[in-house]
Amino acid sequence: MNDPLYEPLIYELGAPGRTGVTMPTAPFPATPLPAGLLRDELNLPEVSEADVVRHYTRLSRQNFGVDTTMYPLGSCTMKYNPRLNEAMAHLPGFLEPHPLQDAATVQGSLEMLFNLQTWLSELNGFTATSLQPAAGAQGEFTGILMVRAYHRSRGDTARDTILLPDSAHGTNPATSSMAGFRVVELPTDGRGNVEMDALKANLGPHVAAMMITIPNTLGLFEEQILEVARLVHECGGLMYADGANMNALMGIVKLAELGFDVMHYNLHKTFSTPHGGGGPGAGPVAAGEALAPFLPGPIVALDETTSPPSYVYAMPAQSIGRLKAFHGNFGILVRAYAYLRAHGPAELRAVSENAVLNANYLRVKIGQAYEIPYDRICMHEFVAEGKLDEEGIRALDISKRLIDYGFHPPSNYFPLGTPHTTLKVHEALMVEPTETESLQTLDRYAEAMIAIRQEAREEPELLRGAPHNAPVGRVDEVYAAKKLVLCRAIPEIA
Amino acid sequence: MTYYPHTDAERQQMLQTIGVATIADLFADVPAQVRFPQLSLPPGLSQMEISWEMAALAAQNRVPGNDITSFLGAGAYRRYTPPALDYLISRGEFLTAYTPYQPEVSQGTLQAIFEYQTMMAALTGMDVSNASHYDGATAVAEAVIMAVNVLPKRKRVVIAPTVHPQYRQVTRTYTQGMGLEIVGDADPGGSLADALAFLNEETALVIVQTPNFFGQLESLDGLAERVHAAGALLCVVAEPLHLALFRPPGDYGADIVCGEGQSLGLPLSFGGPYLGYFCTRDKHVRKMSGRLVGETIDADGRRSYTLTLSTREQHIRRAKATSNICSNQGLMALAAGIYMALMGKQGLRQTAELCYQNTQHLADQIDALPGYHVWRERPFFQEFVVECPRPAAEMKQALLAQYNILGGYDLGQDYPHLDHHLLLCATEMTTTAEMDALVAALKEIRS
Repeated sequence: MNDPLYEPLIYELGAPGRTGVTMPTAPFPATPLPAGLLRDELNLPEVSEADVVRHYTRLSRQNFGVDTTMYPLGSCTMKYNPRLNEAMAHLPGFLEPHPLQDAATVQGSLEMLFNLQTWLSELNGFTATSLQPAAGAQGEFTGILMVRAYHRSRGDTARDTILLPDSAHGTNPATSSMAGFRVVELPTDGRGNVEMDALKANLGPHVAAMMITIPNTLGLFEEQILEVARLVHECGGLMYADGANMNALMGIVKLAELGFDVMHYNLHKTFSTPHGGGGPGAGPVAAGEALAPFLPGPIVALDETTSPPSYVYAMPAQSIGRLKAFHGNFGILVRAYAYLRAHGPAELRAVSENAVLNANYLRVKIGQAYEIPYDRICMHEFVAEGKLDEEGIRALDISKRLIDYGFHPPSNYFPLGTPHTTLKVHEALMVEPTETESLQTLDRYAEAMIAIRQEAREEPELLRGAPHNAPVGRVDEVYAAKKLVLCRAIPEIA
Repeated sequence: MTYYPHTDAERQQMLQTIGVATIADLFADVPAQVRFPQLSLPPGLSQMEISWEMAALAAQNRVPGNDITSFLGAGAYRRYTPPALDYLISRGEFLTAYTPYQPEVSQGTLQAIFEYQTMMAALTGMDVSNASHYDGATAVAEAVIMAVNVLPKRKRVVIAPTVHPQYRQVTRTYTQGMGLEIVGDADPGGSLADALAFLNEETALVIVQTPNFFGQLESLDGLAERVHAAGALLCVVAEPLHLALFRPPGDYGADIVCGEGQSLGLPLSFGGPYLGYFCTRDKHVRKMSGRLVGETIDADGRRSYTLTLSTREQHIRRAKATSNICSNQGLMALAAGIYMALMGKQGLRQTAELCYQNTQHLADQIDALPGYHVWRERPFFQEFVVECPRPAAEMKQALLAQYNILGGYDLGQDYPHLDHHLLLCATEMTTTAEMDALVAALKEIRS
């Protein structure tokens, strides 16, 4: 291959017998290994350390990241990830302790976790928080299991349904069915809110909870949220908030004061921990009085009977149990702590204000060239229509063309426009700029979008064939599923 | 301090473009009576102050190998990590990328995960690996979900009491709404054979662990045949480093091999982020949850990579998805792949061999002490059980208070009949001096 960007597989770089990092032998006589339990071959790469460093460095250069370009994926909150947070997570005192060390030997970590629990509770007006869930989806699952346990603790076992707006992220219905519930998706009205008549028609003694992302995935604040919460509570149901879009609401409103009983945060979104190419994240769950006893544990408590007071593990009284081994994605919690520590109440509110300001600015700019199906003041993100019927252009074509302009595409993979929804969007361009993008970058992004709209009219093949300036051309996803090659060791031996 | 770039003048300009007077006008949809609440949070600090404050917190912790000597394992192991690993995963192009939904600008992540999948399949002796779960515990819970999707009429899961106690707890938490029966571990003193007495025609999955929670390598030959004869699937929870030396579960018929990948070069980090790894057979791949990277071609026919089989996943399948998992532990899978590449075939074997030798050496010395008895009925890899002359809780307390040693895991917490038993661990990082210190301490504590 002459292609300068082509990178062989790591297996293709090695040679039999080549070694990387070598390890010493034990300084005492060896015990024989137990015969009969040993393996014969081990088909791992045989490469040098230099091979490895160059290989992965070259691979990294085929990626876009927040560090290289604006990455406005809707509902993903791809904000700048401060390097300070990385440095804090790498402090040996945080990076190296074992999760099962006696509490007395890890008081610093426990104090950090305790403070983080306290602040995340306060931010949305809740009573208690568990930091255990590893990601947003696991936070949702936690919250819905708590809802289930709450109803069962009251002998209320007939509640088998979770209500969701049809704009909900796919994890919401998947979570609900994993927890054993039936899912009813409610239609969206012309302004992007939950349709109230449909809500009323679906309420009853079978409803366990209503699960709402707020602001919703259209980037809109539910205008009748107080009424929704009142109605759901009136029929004995609970209110679950998916906090994926919390970046719009810090210091703007406390979810508990809107009537929510339980929520999860996405620390890898709102609190700037890096996404790592898919994870790790962290999905702490905060709950009010009614649901706090059901939180997963252990959580960290302050024992004031000791002198000085000490931090200890505590299991909530009616806990649903443990969601994950040990204490959650601790390293992510350290990073989120460092982020929160930089922001007092005024700064947190300013984060959300600037995020919403950026989104509205782009909504207006991009709205000059694209249809904005729900064209009202948005929160941290907005959705533009990506299907251009006249030109036969799809959202994906626009997204891929954006790559040529040096930007990461917006989100396309959301439920918008699939046949079961009532949404006015056919194919989504869901744009979330976040607060850390500057005015110059926003302007360049808007200019690129507008130029692409022009190209769609004049030179649509440019879009259909995009990207033209990426490490690879348009990738054939259908072929991958048909061929299904999921690993390739070389030499190909078993 | 803050990380956004706006100046007041820029904000004014933007508000003008939007057509509102003030930023507060952007929040008119939020009910006025609850808008702009007071937050009772500490004031924000500068970067310098944050680093002081957090360094002071971190300094309160005692760091194994530095401030304190540790023989703790029990599912998390102190590993040597070559510095090249952290350097590579700290590169912003890897660190600050999202899930690779747009393959044209994510080939780096995608190829690296494809290679990780390849290495995990090789290590476990299985056909395919997914791109990760949250940790070992949730990987086991996902194995249960997969098995009941493969065998939807079966509602029983048999789990050996020698599977990590926290994994069993998490499996129960996960499945509480699924109407399943999880059996086999009610008797904490039960063996694998006792657990298998619960295997019947209702059973979807049998879960065993190797090395088991006591560090022992049990012979699992014939187990798969027995499980398959009942029509069930076999899940083997396997610590990955030991697979550099010992037979992979794929060799003896496992249908699922999963577990905790922290052993593949990840720092202890007080319990996370770790790596749930998950491997299975080709025939089950459509029922497996979690992301998968597949090989494909681009528009010019060049080899490239993309996420595939996403029709299993929540963003397409919604309520009918194989799992709700979305964010996974992608960076940790990347790290594990880099670790396996850096160590390679030889280095990984050398590391495993050093673990094995250190552990045998420590066990021999402790077993020779009067009053202590090491379980030796089966071979062990990097952990072993020692029966102590005093309750394990007291032993640990004395080791910590008098010798600054973390004396392993008190098995009485999960196995009440083992309240005089410690689970001790030695890895490649355990020095002879540390082992000598423990042996000397145990000798003194007895008297």
